[in-house]
Amino acid sequence: MITPKSFWSPHRLLLAAIGSAIIISCAVFMRWDWIPDYYEIILAGIWRTIWLLVASVVLGFALALPIGLAQAAGPKPLAILARQFCNIIRGTPLLLQLWLLYYGLGSVFSTIPEIRGSAMWPYLRQAWPYALLCLTLSFAAYEGEVMRGAFLGVPKGELEAGRAFGFSEMQLFRKIWLPRAIQRALPTLGGEVVLQLKATPLVATITMIDAYGAFSKVRQDIFLTYEPLLLLALIYMMIAGLLVVLFRYLENRTPSS
Amino acid sequence: MDTISSFIDSLQLLSLTPPGWGGNLLRGLLHSLQIALGGYSLGLLIGILGACGKLYAGAFVKDSLACYTTLVRAVPELILILLFYYAGTDLLNQLMLLIGRDPVDVDGLIAGIFVIGLVQGAYATEVIRGAILAVPKGQIEAARAYGFSFWQTLRRVTLPAMLPYAIPGLANLWLIATKDTALLAVVGFSELTLETKQAAGSTKHYMLFYCAAGALYLIVTIISNQLIQRIERWSRRGFADGRSI
Repeated sequence: MITPKSFWSPHRLLLAAIGSAIIISCAVFMRWDWIPDYYEIILAGIWRTIWLLVASVVLGFALALPIGLAQAAGPKPLAILARQFCNIIRGTPLLLQLWLLYYGLGSVFSTIPEIRGSAMWPYLRQAWPYALLCLTLSFAAYEGEVMRGAFLGVPKGELEAGRAFGFSEMQLFRKIWLPRAIQRALPTLGGEVVLQLKATPLVATITMIDAYGAFSKVRQDIFLTYEPLLLLALIYMMIAGLLVVLFRYLENRTPSS
Repeated sequence: MDTISSFIDSLQLLSLTPPGWGGNLLRGLLHSLQIALGGYSLGLLIGILGACGKLYAGAFVKDSLACYTTLVRAVPELILILLFYYAGTDLLNQLMLLIGRDPVDVDGLIAGIFVIGLVQGAYATEVIRGAILAVPKGQIEAARAYGFSFWQTLRRVTLPAMLPYAIPGLANLWLIATKDTALLAVVGFSELTLETKQAAGSTKHYMLFYCAAGALYLIVTIISNQLIQRIERWSRRGFADGRSI
């Protein structure tokens, strides 16, 4: 552990001085007077980013469990299907997938009268269902790969012990295999969620006003290049920092083997 | 039958000569690959220097590098690309003004390589640092004992010995680099994804072109994976058979 005294050694003081000089000169010499006019849009954008992140991570993780399980222990056709799904999603850029779903699928939907007439149409005309679907599938593919390893990594002896105690297969899965696999996947899960956060700004390219989209609007309105981008970078850094702290807390809470 | 014949008609849009858009897609793919290769090479260079700096340099360099890798890895690539793109061209033009030259128009290809390289460099630094730490200490000490200088040790022992440990991470970075080039579409560089969007927008055959571009990216990934397997085997030559790292 670093003690406070050794942390504030001379070179760190110098670095801190340079850092605060940069921050102060940013605050003084750059224009920040636009923030009061736009902070409502910005807050709404940040809220939308967090909402999209949480929803896609929860749904994606729920989808990743069967995908990982199918590859680890499923029948062969199912395993191949899950494997190919992961390969295709992981082998193409997220931006392309997003545009494929929004422009491609959207244009197909609009030519089918049954869909245009259905109750779902008002939702399917908006951007967020496509954004959520795309981010969910992407997270499921990357996390499915992690879960495959986690399921395979649970020591055989623990499963055998469960069987020896007379657990049914379902009980075995619910009480031993799944919790142990999730525990093994937790350290990588934190990293994956931060990666997912960094993928969310792409949804601004399909007209969804998330944090990035809100700042794009600011940049178009007031013709500033750097100030909005720097503030936006700071906001993403803070969210990423919070996520790291949260997952460290979760990791410390779960007993390690 | 009607849908099948119209599908075959639309396939002609992919032909290589106009009115087909296949040529545009392939040109976009070429640009993507150029940027990915250039950015990845620059990233590797930054990674090797950064890893050495983090492991062997003085405290000031170490902490500055820690700031670089942490900042770059915490901010979305899209924002970094915009920031580096605008800041890079701005700085260059200021520099040109300072030495009394006219401002230049920065070539999109060079800017793309620079931007992807800076992002990749942060990740490569961490990968290579971890790999160097995994090399048994005795090997490096042996080199010192034989009177190798620092650079000789690096070139002859440390870098070759860390390769098997670094290759999985570096291979992953290459795949990320090929996919990150798509983000340059947002700043208007005509790589594969933007060419696809333009082709799809002007012909209204969205599904066809996006699926075609997806197939091109997948082919790149599959070929890369084959090559990576070969390189991995080559880098492990001399290791005892079946030894896992």
